[in-house]
Amino acid sequence: MDLFEYQARDLFESHGIPVLGGAVAYTPEEAETAAASMGGRVVVKAQVKVGGRGKAGGVKLAESASDAKEKAAAILGMDIKGHTVNKVMIAQAAPIEAEYYLAILLDRANRNFLVMASVAGGMEIEEVAHKTPEKLARVGIDPNIGISKEKAREIVLAGQFPADVVDQVVDVLLKLWAAFVAEDATLMEINPLVKTSDGKVVALDGKVTLDDSADFRHPDHEALIDHAAANPLEAAAKAKNLNYVKLDGQVGIIGNGAGLVMSTLDVVAYAGEKFGVKPANFLDIGGGASAQVMADGLGIILGDSDVRSVFVNVFGGITACDAVANGIVQALEMLGAKATKPIVVRLDGNNVLEGRRILNEAAHPLIQQVDTMDGAAARAAELAAK
Amino acid sequence: MAIFINENTKVLVQGMTGSEGTKHTARMIKSGTKIVGGVTPGKGGQSVEIEGVTLPVFNNVAEAVAATGANASVVFVPPKFAKAAVIDAVDAKLPLVVVITEGIPVHDSAAFYAYAVAKGTTRLVGPNCPGLISPGKSNLGIIPADITGPGRIGLVSKSGTLTYQMMYELRDFGISTAVGIGGDPIIGTTHIDCLRAFQDDPDTDAIVMIGEIGGDAEERAALFIAEYVTKPVVGYVAGFTAPEGKTMGHAGAIVSGSSGTAAAKQSALEAVGVSVGKTPSEAAQLMRTILNNKKG
Repeated sequence: MDLFEYQARDLFESHGIPVLGGAVAYTPEEAETAAASMGGRVVVKAQVKVGGRGKAGGVKLAESASDAKEKAAAILGMDIKGHTVNKVMIAQAAPIEAEYYLAILLDRANRNFLVMASVAGGMEIEEVAHKTPEKLARVGIDPNIGISKEKAREIVLAGQFPADVVDQVVDVLLKLWAAFVAEDATLMEINPLVKTSDGKVVALDGKVTLDDSADFRHPDHEALIDHAAANPLEAAAKAKNLNYVKLDGQVGIIGNGAGLVMSTLDVVAYAGEKFGVKPANFLDIGGGASAQVMADGLGIILGDSDVRSVFVNVFGGITACDAVANGIVQALEMLGAKATKPIVVRLDGNNVLEGRRILNEAAHPLIQQVDTMDGAAARAAELAAK
Repeated sequence: MAIFINENTKVLVQGMTGSEGTKHTARMIKSGTKIVGGVTPGKGGQSVEIEGVTLPVFNNVAEAVAATGANASVVFVPPKFAKAAVIDAVDAKLPLVVVITEGIPVHDSAAFYAYAVAKGTTRLVGPNCPGLISPGKSNLGIIPADITGPGRIGLVSKSGTLTYQMMYELRDFGISTAVGIGGDPIIGTTHIDCLRAFQDDPDTDAIVMIGEIGGDAEERAALFIAEYVTKPVVGYVAGFTAPEGKTMGHAGAIVSGSSGTAAAKQSALEAVGVSVGKTPSEAAQLMRTILNNKKG
């Protein structure tokens, strides 16, 4: 889960990382109140989980509380790269002397964690890495050893931070590491980390990604979920524990196993080129495709008004095809009149003959069976074109 | 021969007494795997009967190894306890540990992976993987044993069901070893490890490599193929239609910005001469053509 900037700020603060005053506001009036409490001069920042908001006009300096109200009114409701701005962060304004960069992230390639630290901040770190690589320290961290004070100092010096801020940045790095571990983060980035005119080092903007797999040890992370932004179909799927992602096509997809479902989307996209249709969603019903899971899945997909046909693509590994077939038949009984769109089913693998027999026998008017994945994708695409 | 496992692999099941553990222990025994015992902390000294075999249960892996001579384990322990289970197996210097469990926090995987590397005596496969099978010899994990028989194609894949699909597509040729390396951001055994082992395995003639969006493992595998692999390799990559920033089922399957895309992986593979199929069936067809030409 990616956090909003204001959530990242609060999380940093709770781990002792120095930040400036900041508050979230959902209305211009809330923005005015928050700005007033910070002395009037503030920065109004659109809260969206996408980069480039400054260029899009989503970050504005306000000179007074009433100005903050006006700026917030202009920013709230904006569309930034397809993300609607529902809230703004009111951030205390501060005179900035220098901008730095500091981040800890999961390094998939090296299978450990990576600290990146640079005296050159405020821009995309890829740009720093490209233009002035000598100013960027990249240091791998063994998760079982972590970051000692000595190591932190070594990293900060390698990032070419000036002597007058080294101690403060070392302290921030140690706290950032502690927060990274304590919160099960896969990314904690401070950009920029700034030196204010009074010589203090503070985190001005942050990006945080938390590991959803670790939710079981962080009941408090539940409160960070942005329910408002979730697509209603995605929210409904999540409530039923389904692994669903809404896409913008017309062929509804259900399959078992993440890899097979991704592959199914691709195969439908190829087949759909001819018919001008695309996959409507990703839905992995996993190993045990019970009738209830199948019904839940079909229910979500048939509830998507963009969907014109459905492709159920199952390779029976552990799951037996007869169980899947029974699941489909029972799901259609449960859905009754709500099921109105043609469903192309491709079954293969474990107990496939029995599975196909069950579907043939049921002879449901909406179900069509095709034996191969590519053939079934073509059929589903063709049906969606009509 | 086969890679990583063979008919003499003696296997412990960590978490054998749980429902998934019991179910899959039965399946592994049925497909000819030498299961020698289970490990469940607190249940040491008990024994369970699965598929007519009486299996001793131990409190930890070291005890189990001392009593049974096991040289591999399969982990079905729930995410919360998986890190402790893997570290237990690494401490016992088990040469091969296959972690089936899905949903392990990545900080835990990073920790047990680093731990295993530091000890230097254990190969980890997974987590979040279906395991590996050498048909007719040994089956560590949850890959169905009846999809295809022994053959001379090596298969490595991040995805379980795509592994099954590909084994099925190539069922008339058979498989030397199929390895499901898993869909998590941190995994113990990579495409490269498997490519190296298949290249060195005299019983493997050709290799199918299945990748998916996320990270750059496929790109690195392509570079490795160029410098090390002389056997024919056919590739398949899933996730061309995945939108940016969305996790597609597997924790590691995510396109971030412009990195981790299927298109980049495909072109990296094609650049080193790997034929990449547009669909799993097309990839299988490419392999079929290569093997038939070889015969002819």
